[in-house]
Amino acid sequence: MVLGSIMRSATKLSRSGIPPCCRRTFYSTDNKGRYYTKKHEWVSVDSGVGTIGISSYAQDALGEVVFVQLPEVGRTVAAGDECGALESVKAASEVYTPVSGTVTEKNDTVESTPSLINKSCYQEGWLFKVKLSSPEELQQLMNQTDYDKYLEESH
Amino acid sequence: MSSKSANVFVKKYICRGLLNCANVQIRNLSDKNVKKTSLYNLHKKYNGKLVDFAGFYLPVQYADLSVSASHIFTRKSASIFDVSHMLQTNVRGKDCISWFESICPVDLKGMTPGTSSLTVFLNKNGGIIDDLIVTKVKDDQLYIVSNAGRLEVDKQHMLETSEIFRKKGNNVSIDFWDVTNRALIAVQGPKAANSVQPLTDINLDDLMFMTSRIGKVAGIECRVTRCGYTGEDGFEISIPADEAENIVEALLQSEDVKLAGLGARDSLRLEAGLCLYGNDIDENVTPVEASLTWLVAKARRSEANFPGADIILRQIKEGVNKRRIGIRIETGAPARKDAILRNVNGNEIGMITSGCPSPSLGGNVAMGYVAEEFKKIGTELLVNIRGKDIGCKITKMPFVPSKYYIKK
Repeated sequence: MVLGSIMRSATKLSRSGIPPCCRRTFYSTDNKGRYYTKKHEWVSVDSGVGTIGISSYAQDALGEVVFVQLPEVGRTVAAGDECGALESVKAASEVYTPVSGTVTEKNDTVESTPSLINKSCYQEGWLFKVKLSSPEELQQLMNQTDYDKYLEESH
Repeated sequence: MSSKSANVFVKKYICRGLLNCANVQIRNLSDKNVKKTSLYNLHKKYNGKLVDFAGFYLPVQYADLSVSASHIFTRKSASIFDVSHMLQTNVRGKDCISWFESICPVDLKGMTPGTSSLTVFLNKNGGIIDDLIVTKVKDDQLYIVSNAGRLEVDKQHMLETSEIFRKKGNNVSIDFWDVTNRALIAVQGPKAANSVQPLTDINLDDLMFMTSRIGKVAGIECRVTRCGYTGEDGFEISIPADEAENIVEALLQSEDVKLAGLGARDSLRLEAGLCLYGNDIDENVTPVEASLTWLVAKARRSEANFPGADIILRQIKEGVNKRRIGIRIETGAPARKDAILRNVNGNEIGMITSGCPSPSLGGNVAMGYVAEEFKKIGTELLVNIRGKDIGCKITKMPFVPSKYYIKK
């Protein structure tokens, strides 16, 4: 996700669509499960497979998503590769994979209902999954605390 | 259609890589280089997402509505846009008409006082320096609204050309309104007239599209021009800066009226087939290439005394190599600025200059330039979006029918 600071309200998060049980982690500043890129993608890893999406800051900056393009299942990707794009009325934004590996799944539901990305960017609005070939890459990414600080400092 | 946004907006916020341009620091509200309009506090009050647009803090949208919801609301009801960033200029003097006709191809002599027209400043090659709305207030007075993104260029152009004109013994004076002492709002949509009428002593039934009058709005003397940049009926109201907030608040008392930002403004103008300066037109294209030949008034063609007249008149007679056209992509991703257009054989034949999803129609709309032989409505083409050629079709503009207030 290529993202700039078009607005200040990084903290004004959209909560609708997120189950109450998740709200706590949503606001948590030490969420160890999610790693972020400077371009505002997140990845959370379970059994060697990373689920990738965009951050709440990113969806807010982009506005209502109306079209989603995702990578084909089976594609081999390297960290930083362009893996799709999100389009709102006002903007287009490429999505880059934070990790290397093979695409194992894409979220068909967001392709048909792109606004899920705005409603639930960390849950139902995930984008695609990658089987990690180099798990050590995660160390290059920001944890929640670092990401919060990054937003605070750079935007 | 006076209010045109600036190319800066598109460069920073609309085209791909919008989100690339991380250099707008809205946090630093004390940034002296970015100006506030007189509605700045109102934008904040209503949770506008403010951005630096052509050097002014303006809202992309407000927190209560997404861009597409705001767009649809404008088409069904009415929206208020702060367009105070645009350059408002007053021209006076007995020779103001001949001065203005020396830099634009409009037939001001033939216009009735109190009427307005879209026109363009032309360079000596017939290229478009800016597009603007001129109102012939009286035989010796003009009121001009031009683009914020071209503010300095326009000012310099008007000052230089009028100076030369004065040295030849003519009487013309130019007076720019600064954003600190004058505001401009656009009220656009099918319910605009019904929302403005209770607040004004101007009989709006008599105020036709592209006419302009001074009158009271919420008790304040304003200039009301029936024009806009959305394809809808509506008005642009020029207001003393310190009264702008009161007038907008008065208009917002009606449930039919909401605030709208730059995001909806861009998708509305695109559906209406209206050009954005810096994207769809610039100094390298002539009105003929831009499918704006109608801006070259018949009376002026025979006089042939506007800048670039030799080139433009030859193009009208002999044709051009490229032409601005509308493009429809029924499904899939929208084409944005700089996307390459190809014919069905795969040869590059043009380029998109602006495009977005169409909230009114579904699918996507765009405009761009193609080689002359491909300009026919219905021509099937390919547009390259992120490496893939997608089918698209040349489509008549406006994409959404205009609803201007014109006598039937």
